[in-house]
Amino acid sequence: MGKTLFEKIWESHIVVEKQNDPSLIYIDRHLVHEVTSPQAFEGLRMNNRKVRRPDLTIATMDHNVPTTDRSLPILDQTSSVQIQTLEKNCKEFGIKLFDINSPNQGIVHVIGPQLGITLPGTTIVCGDSHTSTHGAFGALALGIGTSDVEHVLASQTMWLEKPKPFEIRVEGKRKNPHAVTAKDIVLSIIKNIGTGGGTGTVIEYRGDGITDLSMEQRMTICNMSIEAGARAGLIAPDEKTFDYLRGREYTPKNYESLVDSWKDHLKTDGDAKFEKQFTLHIDDIAPQVSWGTNPGMTSDVTESIPSPDEFSKGDSNQKKGAEKALDYMGLEPGTAIEDIKIDRVFIGSCTNARLEDLIEASKVIKGQKISPNVQAMVVPGSQMVKKQAEEMGLDKIFIDANFEWREAGCSMCLGMNPDILSPGERCASTSNRNFEGRQGTGGRTHLVSPVMAAAAAIKGHFVDVRKMDLS
Amino acid sequence: MEPFKSVSSIVTPLDKVNVDTDQIVPKQFLKLVQKSGFGKFLFFNWRFDENENKKSDFVLNDPKYENSHILVAGDNFGCGSSREHAVWALLDYGFSVIIAPSFADIFLSNCFKNGILPITLDQQLVEKLQQENGAINIDLENQTIKTPSEEISFGIDSYKKKILLEGLDDIAQTFQYEDKISEFEKGSKVPSVL
Repeated sequence: MGKTLFEKIWESHIVVEKQNDPSLIYIDRHLVHEVTSPQAFEGLRMNNRKVRRPDLTIATMDHNVPTTDRSLPILDQTSSVQIQTLEKNCKEFGIKLFDINSPNQGIVHVIGPQLGITLPGTTIVCGDSHTSTHGAFGALALGIGTSDVEHVLASQTMWLEKPKPFEIRVEGKRKNPHAVTAKDIVLSIIKNIGTGGGTGTVIEYRGDGITDLSMEQRMTICNMSIEAGARAGLIAPDEKTFDYLRGREYTPKNYESLVDSWKDHLKTDGDAKFEKQFTLHIDDIAPQVSWGTNPGMTSDVTESIPSPDEFSKGDSNQKKGAEKALDYMGLEPGTAIEDIKIDRVFIGSCTNARLEDLIEASKVIKGQKISPNVQAMVVPGSQMVKKQAEEMGLDKIFIDANFEWREAGCSMCLGMNPDILSPGERCASTSNRNFEGRQGTGGRTHLVSPVMAAAAAIKGHFVDVRKMDLS
Repeated sequence: MEPFKSVSSIVTPLDKVNVDTDQIVPKQFLKLVQKSGFGKFLFFNWRFDENENKKSDFVLNDPKYENSHILVAGDNFGCGSSREHAVWALLDYGFSVIIAPSFADIFLSNCFKNGILPITLDQQLVEKLQQENGAINIDLENQTIKTPSEEISFGIDSYKKKILLEGLDDIAQTFQYEDKISEFEKGSKVPSVL
């Protein structure tokens, strides 16, 4: 019987295999950041262990860094200590670090691909659940906890139970691909399969709705695999993948011979079997807006807030969850989503802060001003994205519209740095999680695409971007 | 890691589904560089109001559950962020067993690395345990949960059971395969980053 892409990558990385127990898997790339690594390095020190393969390990600082003027000192003492701890650890253990002043600094899942560190057919881990992003290149990319960070630093391997392959087919053509984006596709998927729908699986996204997407759009899809509960998400590499990685700063010297070895091998065989299957038809899907406190609580922009009964379809626990979510979000069932007024707009995060996201959002706001009631910010995914955007003049478009134009980092996606919502503030956000308090205690997050966030900034409430000219 | 011994206590019922790790430990507490002392941040925004006074309607603030070591929660517990701080907080607070109909994958893995036993049970059994007022006993060796009225068995794979029972150092275990790792590296075609 044939094999799925995931199974091929899995099998080529087994170091030790045991019947009915986890396997020891080799890790080709380990990405490290300041929040989930200090305790791992401390563990190495306490046991007199070293980093086995510093040459396969790359670090940056992203979660905690301020997005304001980088020449100023970091005011938050504990943040500052965490950042210095990473610097100290990287120096002690011989790990390459893109620090706060590096032109390569940025969100770890943005810089990996951008620097050519992410490669097809490889295993990639990082102490961050959105590591699934790198799956867009046909890599098996897994988010891990700090104990596994320590384990990988020490041994370049980790013990893992084999997840099950899950096929998600995305079929059809969007009528307006500028208005209905990759974000809307992945939110639609999560809305349908639920936040636990992918638990225990690795999703492979397939179909013409996926192959049509650019690499940056594919990253948006794979990024949110974890929001469906999946261990990872991936997409078979094709010419777009190989072109994207060609000639980047850390693309391997023997890249073309690697491409030759990947071309025929890194795809799911015709007779391979998936254990789970879901198909989304995208011809008629609408822009999506989340209204609750997990990404599965999402509706079309043209719809109204559902009642907990409608949403839960008879499941009493889901009903309770929806009641609590609406209470937290300060929303009433029956309210049209387009009538929801917002206070803040955040364009950023590893989901939607790449160059293409900023280009698309800028088309919406060009020559306009944001609503006087709205405070809006753009946080590019990396310093490189920021530079490229500035070379195109995008910063001016945003600044002229009264957006703040910031330095790169995770920023208000999780609000570890000073970029947070105040209690009760409502935000249209291009990030990935609308959990309670995620963007600031008491803050209310609505997940949307970059064009939907930009349009909401202008109008002061959600609007259907299909009605706008985005060409 | 401390070896897991049998645990007896009353259960703390957390009647919520999709409890994400952002709720278990909010992000403002992730800046610490050590593993200890996270218990006071557990479910911080549910336990405390804006003035850091205890909210009376949250189950952990009921004095009845003060000495409970067993948390019984809803579906998809521990979803979202991979932050192991969530597990450190549960452990430091005093929980060593979490029972739910399902867990998120990364959270589940983090539990075993820190000596917390996560038990997956059918929805109906979970709901029944949430109603249980008496002390229950969790016996990992025999894979049983004893309540005042019945005995329930649970499943766990042998490798994880051994790790918990013996409190094994994961990395030391892996180093026994040093020759296999070196052999794998010799055959790998994936180039270094630098």
